[in-house]
Amino acid sequence: MIEARELTKRYGDKTVVDHLSFTVKPGEVTGFLGPNGAGKSTTMRMIIGLDSPTAGSVTVNGRSYSRHSAPLQEIGTLLEAKSVHPGRSAVNHLMALAHTHGIPRSRVEEVIELAGLTSVATKRVGAFSLGMGQRLGIASALLGDPGIIMLDEPVNGLDPEGVLWVRNLLRRLAEEGRAVMLSSHLMSETALIADHLVIIGRGRLLADTTVEDFTQEAGGGGVKVASTEAVRLRSLLAGPDVTITSSSEEELLVTGRDTRQIGAIAAQHGVALYELTPQSVSLEAAFMDLTRDAVEYQSAPADTERKAA
Amino acid sequence: MPATALRRKQRPDQPRTLSAAPDPQTSRASYKVTGIRVLRSEWAKFWTLRSTWITLAVAVVLLVLFGAIASYTYSPDAIASDGPPGPGSGGDSDAVSLALTGVTFASLAIGVLGVLLAAGEYSTGMIRSSLAAVPRRLPVLWSKAAVIGPIALVLTTLGALAAFQLGTPGLDGEKISLALSDDGVLRSLAGAGLYLGLVAIFGVALGILLRSSAGAIAALVGVLLILPGLASLLPDSWYDTLSPYFPSNAGSAIYALHESSDALSPGAGLAVFAGWVALTLIGAAYRLRKTDA
Repeated sequence: MIEARELTKRYGDKTVVDHLSFTVKPGEVTGFLGPNGAGKSTTMRMIIGLDSPTAGSVTVNGRSYSRHSAPLQEIGTLLEAKSVHPGRSAVNHLMALAHTHGIPRSRVEEVIELAGLTSVATKRVGAFSLGMGQRLGIASALLGDPGIIMLDEPVNGLDPEGVLWVRNLLRRLAEEGRAVMLSSHLMSETALIADHLVIIGRGRLLADTTVEDFTQEAGGGGVKVASTEAVRLRSLLAGPDVTITSSSEEELLVTGRDTRQIGAIAAQHGVALYELTPQSVSLEAAFMDLTRDAVEYQSAPADTERKAA
Repeated sequence: MPATALRRKQRPDQPRTLSAAPDPQTSRASYKVTGIRVLRSEWAKFWTLRSTWITLAVAVVLLVLFGAIASYTYSPDAIASDGPPGPGSGGDSDAVSLALTGVTFASLAIGVLGVLLAAGEYSTGMIRSSLAAVPRRLPVLWSKAAVIGPIALVLTTLGALAAFQLGTPGLDGEKISLALSDDGVLRSLAGAGLYLGLVAIFGVALGILLRSSAGAIAALVGVLLILPGLASLLPDSWYDTLSPYFPSNAGSAIYALHESSDALSPGAGLAVFAGWVALTLIGAAYRLRKTDA
């Protein structure tokens, strides 16, 4: 469990993290979202004591990170920036970290295999591709078999297969009861994997919510239904908590009933449907809406670009 | 909604089972950071870089080669003036000072090795991994010093012995010729090793203090080579009083065979130079401990 309380970091007169409070709980994946420059990496650096907070505090399993006798066993971290000497091989890098905790070589070999690095384990890290570097970073995060895993932009530079691997791995770790925190600036990617969302902008907390709630608040997608008997279908589908709008003569936009219910009702009454499509909410759009005022580096015609996206 | 459809339901009330992890519970209790383990880690880090081997080899080769060559090319008529400048050739030659001609060059190589060991962590980003594993931080600094110091000491002492032994036949029949068993010879040669061991630690301290390989190497060269030269600009009376206490002058007193009138005794030289190294280490420890990594 990670608990940040009024966490603040200032560099000179620039406030990078501003009275940030949040909790990362065991058994779930917490997505840590924000535009570039929102203070995500700085927050993560403060969690593991690389930077010290100007004010406020953050604890890992109830203590500040540096007070743990085996910190790598409490929380495993992948930072966005490379944290490896390029002249060392993957296995030597991991062994150097393992030595500090008395972690056996067998565990090093396990994480190398887990990360799919067996064939390049003795190669110099400097020759690694971005994706292999990320895998090595994830391997070192898992080295101490930690109860918390914190990853900064873990899918950066990974190919689609690698992205899927990370997604499944993190999901499995959360199901084992570990707390997983991953940062991203991409809402769509995070929504696929996270249970909980902590959204920040300019160092401030913008939202602390679940993916489900966020999706719902984003306006609910609804289901697009097309039928030649749209008018009749409309009355059949009507009910409490159901809203139906219509954009053309044969099309309905239904919220409050899912595709399965609509299909069943239509079949029951012999109404032929020729379209039944769940409308995905653009989470990305909702996210951008939320962070609009907090974007650090705004491009000039930002509004139009965002709507297009 | 494809975005959420892929997600599986969260199960917050599921008990935390770490046995499902690849490693069984047995290993969980045993992990702990200790001083010895950090030392073990730094030892492993030291030897797993190619640059370590290269720089160490360069230092020892310079030491042996320059010492042997200086002994073989010695002629009593051209007194030491053809020798390279530096603490080793302080005017009147003796077999030991000839054998230790290479110390100045070796000190640069070994100092650079110390810098690379420390500042290299900052330039590559490795420091983040190191400090995440050892968040108390200071054990990393002590361990680096404790690894490189003795290694440099042992290897360069052997190098100094080799330089002397290789050079001895070259001085055969010369007035200044000495044997290993002669008074003070072994002490001087071991003193050179001691000096170089301390220079290696000095490099580590500079690297952690300045966090940049280029900056720390510049500081190293400045302190060991340029400072004595610059100091000669001081008024004579000041210079005579202060110069024995400069790091490189105090350092060369450690391995001088004959105590010269304007230098410290070997013991005092060792104390002064070790003091400089300790001061730098304290500065490095302060910066490591107090500032963001």
